[in-house]
Amino acid sequence: MEQVQKLIKQNLKQYAMFVALFVIIVFFQITTKGILLQPQNVTNLILQNSYVLVLSMGMMFVIITGYVDLSVGSVVAIIGAIAGYMTVQLKISAIPTILTVLVAGVLIGMFHGVFIAYVRIPPFIVTLAGMLLFRGLTMVILNGRTMAPFPKLYENISNGYIPDFFGGSGLNILTLVVTAVLILLVAFGIIQKRAQLKKYDIKQTGWAFDIAKIVIAALLIGFVGYSLSAYKGVPNVLILIGLLFVIYNFVAERTVLGRRVYAIGGNEKAARLSGIKTRWMMFLVFVNMGFMAAIAGIVFSARLNAATPKAGNGFELDAIAACFIGGASASGGVGTVMGAIIGALVMGVINNGMSILGIGIDWQQAIKGLVLLGAVAFDVLTKQQSD
Amino acid sequence: MSKTVLEMKNITKTFPGVKALSDVSFEIKNDEIHALVGENGAGKSTLMKVLSGVYPHGTYEGQILYENVECQFRDIKQSEEKGIVIIHQELALVPYLSIAENIFLGNETARGGIINWNTTIAKTRQLLKTVGLEENPNTLIKDIGVGKQQLVEIAKALSKDVKVLILDEPTAALNETDSDNLLKLLLELRKQGISSVLISHKLNEVVKVANVITIIRDGAVIETLDVQKDDISEDRIIRGMVGRDMTHRFPARTPKIGEVIFEVSDWTAYHPLNEERKISDKVHLKVRAGEIVGIAGLMGAGRTELAMGVFGHSYGKRITGKVFKNGQAIDTSSVDKAIKHGIAYVSEDRKNYGLVLANDIKFNVTLANLDDVSKGGVLDDNKEISVAHEYCKRFSIKTPGIFQKTVNLSGGNQQKVVLSKWIFSQPDVLILDEPTRGIDVGAKYEIYGIINELAAAGKAVIFISSEMPEILGMCDRIYVMDEGRMCAELNREEASQEIIMKAILNSRGRAS
Repeated sequence: MEQVQKLIKQNLKQYAMFVALFVIIVFFQITTKGILLQPQNVTNLILQNSYVLVLSMGMMFVIITGYVDLSVGSVVAIIGAIAGYMTVQLKISAIPTILTVLVAGVLIGMFHGVFIAYVRIPPFIVTLAGMLLFRGLTMVILNGRTMAPFPKLYENISNGYIPDFFGGSGLNILTLVVTAVLILLVAFGIIQKRAQLKKYDIKQTGWAFDIAKIVIAALLIGFVGYSLSAYKGVPNVLILIGLLFVIYNFVAERTVLGRRVYAIGGNEKAARLSGIKTRWMMFLVFVNMGFMAAIAGIVFSARLNAATPKAGNGFELDAIAACFIGGASASGGVGTVMGAIIGALVMGVINNGMSILGIGIDWQQAIKGLVLLGAVAFDVLTKQQSD
Repeated sequence: MSKTVLEMKNITKTFPGVKALSDVSFEIKNDEIHALVGENGAGKSTLMKVLSGVYPHGTYEGQILYENVECQFRDIKQSEEKGIVIIHQELALVPYLSIAENIFLGNETARGGIINWNTTIAKTRQLLKTVGLEENPNTLIKDIGVGKQQLVEIAKALSKDVKVLILDEPTAALNETDSDNLLKLLLELRKQGISSVLISHKLNEVVKVANVITIIRDGAVIETLDVQKDDISEDRIIRGMVGRDMTHRFPARTPKIGEVIFEVSDWTAYHPLNEERKISDKVHLKVRAGEIVGIAGLMGAGRTELAMGVFGHSYGKRITGKVFKNGQAIDTSSVDKAIKHGIAYVSEDRKNYGLVLANDIKFNVTLANLDDVSKGGVLDDNKEISVAHEYCKRFSIKTPGIFQKTVNLSGGNQQKVVLSKWIFSQPDVLILDEPTRGIDVGAKYEIYGIINELAAAGKAVIFISSEMPEILGMCDRIYVMDEGRMCAELNREEASQEIIMKAILNSRGRAS
């Protein structure tokens, strides 16, 4: 009995954010009388939160090192502004514009990185300066006005869908096929992990637990896949997010680079004495954040189909909150890319659910604040218990 | 008339795996300077921490009587209320506050939360006069030297109406003049009825000022000497401090010593903050393959600073000097270069400089050599797991598994993880800085075994330790370091604790 309790406790901690997300979804599904999970709204949820999902994946790495980046909202804005200026004023086509703004994002990241890693100014201050600087420059570029519209190709990044090659009527066949493949991949991954643990004779949970995991994952992916196929199919931006997720998750869990970021966040001194070039790593983390902010900037401006001076206001806070809700530790060293995704979805579902219920933006803000505090308090308390 | 102010009766304090104090009794009279001497790790500081409430009542056995009334201190605040004030080796002053602000920190002369600066300054002047410090009360702490800072600490203690002043190595960082002033002040305070407990390694000072000397060894009182009655000589005190049975504490080993493979020459470095202070002064050092070379010295002798300086210039400024490996000068100016040249440094502070505590054994073991468990920057999970398994088995690390977070391991097992990490980096030269600090006897023996194994495999081992028996029992050759200099080099046969102690004391005599 004690063992079962222990098992639940351990896994509760590990899967707490999934449980939280599930509870929140159920809550809004009931209170919105089923609107939340209607196919169109599921698609909407993804589109609405795409930029936060992208930002929080980049932010997660910053937070793992133990810091935050406050500038990303302004970077989103200036990227949109540059793209708008290039396509609308200069009539440059979509592809060169996208490439240019991605480079701009990297340069912005390098700008922050140099001051943080080599001039040794705390990231909080550097990125606060960046936040003001890039917001100001955005207004300069846009001259205080909105620029629109973008070329169709650019707009389609956020507002387009993958065409259905199978040409099915009603349900989108391609989406269903992709869904099925994904479910198989996840199941395969879990089974492989078991095999590995067994090979090294490491104690693991019983089969039942893993089967439950597979079933839950299958239901989840299946449901999302079905919803998408019942509406317009897979949004382009979901493919982008999926790709980024796979890459960043891989970097975090399986590469030397990712390992070094965790080591720096966990104990910078020990990392340095283990031969890790801590300054160079910090530099890279902020360069990456600039790059991700540029992607988010493209996604956001494409979705609005306009570059506006106010774009990205407060996005940095959404991204930071998503990471902490997703289990990152404020002192660094802890956090997963999956956590960032879940955290962003928790925030997204709450936003969306409350909007459907007609709750004003004022209350939404307040409730999000409480959710953030509650999530982190839960995390801290469970950690204290386990010590 | 002299009477007992404070009495500690039968104090026993255990930490997981170690008995730090066993049945220690200790008594302080109202007009004495009571010296407490013993090796590093003998239990002096632990005893004083029990007394001052750092270890609260209930975490130790035994009684503390203050003027014959039992006290149960739960924190420092309560012991300070009784007039027992401890001044630690690392001073607890705030550098960017003034002398006056520091003296009254936490004890402000205030009314309704508003500080009365006039009385604060006036009182500070008074206190500074008592301790013989001529400084403006508004001077910032960072602008005065360590010797004066020490006096400020004492002034702070006096402001709290102190009865018993405990000083932990107060003169360790002071020069001769400052030390003398401080000792005179203690004598002066004694006349005013303030007793002191003086923890010191500097036996000449102890003999000069103390009326009573208590010698502690391995957590027990060996003897208490009365200066007026007993014969007091440094030799006698040293014998009391170090004499113990040394058989079977170290695994047997037959050294197979080869050529010199590692050499440091003319190494000079300055303190990173105080650029005038030399932390290493023209140090020469060489190690042969298969040799275990000890660096003995007291705390603050500059051994860690030297080791970290050599290992990637991790400590110190304006570093000059050369490092040779197999006769070739090598560049060790960054940690990764040092590692690439086959040097490993196991820090004395495994929690802050050795481990990423929140991560598991596997993560920590491979951290200094990720290249060997990855291909093209992608980690090979299987290889990592098997490496971690191998080391857990080889060094019998006691853990439920390699995914155990290192924060949950005992000190000895943590140390084995750190050693694993460095051995996995395939070094030829290992610098071990206090590798057995804070771990229990059994684990110590295992770590000695690992060190011997390394030497047998032809590695050059530099073994830094403050525990002299350990140095004597393990090393083929011993350097004695003091104040940043090598002051003696001894072969195994000629070395003894008395000789090492004397080398240190002599070097200080010369310096002054």
